[in-house]
Amino acid sequence: MAQFQALVLNMFEQGFLFAFLGLGVLITFRFFRFPDLTAEGSYPLGGAVAAALLVEGIDPFLASFAAAGAGAVAGTITALIHTKLRINNIIAGIIAMTALYSINLRVMGKANVPLLNTPTVFSETVDGLNRFGFNLHDNVYTTIPIALVLLVAAAVLLVWFFATDLGLAVRATGQNETMIASLGVDTDRTKMVGLALSNAFIAFSGALVAQNHGFADIGMGIGILVTGAAAVLIGEAIFGDRTVAWWVLAAICGTVIYRLLVALALRVGLQPVDLRLVTAVLLLLALTVPRWRVRVLK
Amino acid sequence: MTPLLELAGVTKRFHAGTPSEAVALRNITLTLAAGDFVTVIGSNGAGKSTLLKTIAGMIAPDAGTISFDGRDITHLPVYRRAATIGRIAQDPGDSTCAAMTIEENLAMAERRGMPRGLRRAVTQTARARFVAALAPIGLGLESRLGIRVVALSGGQRQALALLMATLAGARLLLLDEHLAALDPRTADIVMDLTARVVAERALTTLMVTHKMQDAIRFGNRLIMMHAGAIILDVRDDAKAALTVEALVTRFHEVGSEMTEDRVLLTT
Ligand SMILES: Nc1ncnc2c1ncn2[C@@H]1O[C@H](COP(=O)(O)OP(=O)(O)OP(=O)(O)O)[C@@H](O)[C@H]1O
Ligand SMILES: [Mg+2]
Repeated sequence: MAQFQALVLNMFEQGFLFAFLGLGVLITFRFFRFPDLTAEGSYPLGGAVAAALLVEGIDPFLASFAAAGAGAVAGTITALIHTKLRINNIIAGIIAMTALYSINLRVMGKANVPLLNTPTVFSETVDGLNRFGFNLHDNVYTTIPIALVLLVAAAVLLVWFFATDLGLAVRATGQNETMIASLGVDTDRTKMVGLALSNAFIAFSGALVAQNHGFADIGMGIGILVTGAAAVLIGEAIFGDRTVAWWVLAAICGTVIYRLLVALALRVGLQPVDLRLVTAVLLLLALTVPRWRVRVLK
Repeated sequence: MTPLLELAGVTKRFHAGTPSEAVALRNITLTLAAGDFVTVIGSNGAGKSTLLKTIAGMIAPDAGTISFDGRDITHLPVYRRAATIGRIAQDPGDSTCAAMTIEENLAMAERRGMPRGLRRAVTQTARARFVAALAPIGLGLESRLGIRVVALSGGQRQALALLMATLAGARLLLLDEHLAALDPRTADIVMDLTARVVAERALTTLMVTHKMQDAIRFGNRLIMMHAGAIILDVRDDAKAALTVEALVTRFHEVGSEMTEDRVLLTT
């Protein structure tokens, strides 16, 4: 029973922290219809920027938002490489990801920055609440609601943004670029907005995960795009494809379910080295199961 | 009065200097007065689509200039011409956004050429405007604002595209075989709608069509293209006097002689 409880708590904790990644990947993978490999660099960039600032004694919230800002800059640069230099969007992402590897090392100064003795957004929030007479501890029971509050705010922000004039133009850029350009939209600019927003979310996720895991590591981004894509696809396989709000909800739930499946895989005896294989199988299932479902319903 | 649209010596070659070189536009000179409704006919590969795409800014000409309302727009990108130029393509998928709803598509079209910020796109007042704009079309779309365009038929999508092209600001309408993918009955409905919208909004229009009857029946001017050149340009009474037979005969003539001269058809 205690084991089951630990499993569920871990699923929500890790799921909510990685859900920001899912939201970021949703923007490029679903709205823009291409896997943006910048994620492999902007996710550890978020961790690196947050860690470097936390070590300097900067406020954790400030450090986390700065991490998101750094992610936005990374996304903007990928967009500029793609639009101004006319380089294929996947190659542009690979170039950004490659450059970010060195930049992340520079930002951190070494391959791994421990954050065990620095405050985090979680410890800071707990301390803040305790000043109002609560008696909370910085553990999984407080991390889950804190992450959830941040996540709901992020989801609301996204749903609101994608219902504005600019948000519609960004969505249409991914769906039918010729058409939205013929309505007077500079698609170079909307691509920049979309990629900046996507990578801001991804970097923010990296910042939160680093604080939760107690370190930022140069290797933390390896395979992260596939993780995000798996989460988005699992969400879509289960929830289907309707409105933006529904997609956002699906991406969040998809991430949580992905974490659960990974935890279960470990529980049934698979080793951490097998996790990539598990992710690959999950991706395949998420891509093919919806097709079977359609066939069965017909 | 300055003409609304003026093309001078516009030339476009594809794959220039290679064995597959195609001259799509050959020194085209064309002037449209405000209010002209020009139908464009010509065989496959004549250069009709290239002409419209060049005017819209999707293709950059190799030589020549294009001016709109007295302003040189030859080098402006598509999005900077869009405030005044609306375009509909043949494929119903091209001119609307399938994954978005009818109201979202209309909201995007309503901001044609205007800056787009963080204002809520689909408001209740906007919905009321969309209902008012859709109701006269008579396809029942006004009660389905929230459904995605992918669920519409080809004809409904082209009707929506027409509305989107003309909802705001556009003064020049470019129609590239916008009825070609529709069944005959739907094509007639959308064609009538097109004529109505063009008349109501006094839009200057270039309409490419393969239907000779439509080319003769609609508009005040007809041009025929062949091998990248305009080989026939008739208007008003001369156009009204045209017959399908005369046009078909003309088609066959140029098919063999490859003339580059502009010939005025006499009846
Ligand atoms: N993107 C392109 N690349 C290469 N050649 C092209 C391109 N677009 C058009 N062409 C060539 O230019 C010429 C004119 O083509 P265009 O599409 O303008 O003809 P059209 O009159 O619209 O024909 P259709 O009635 O078949 O639509 C053709 O020879 C065509 O092969
Ligand atoms: Mg054509």
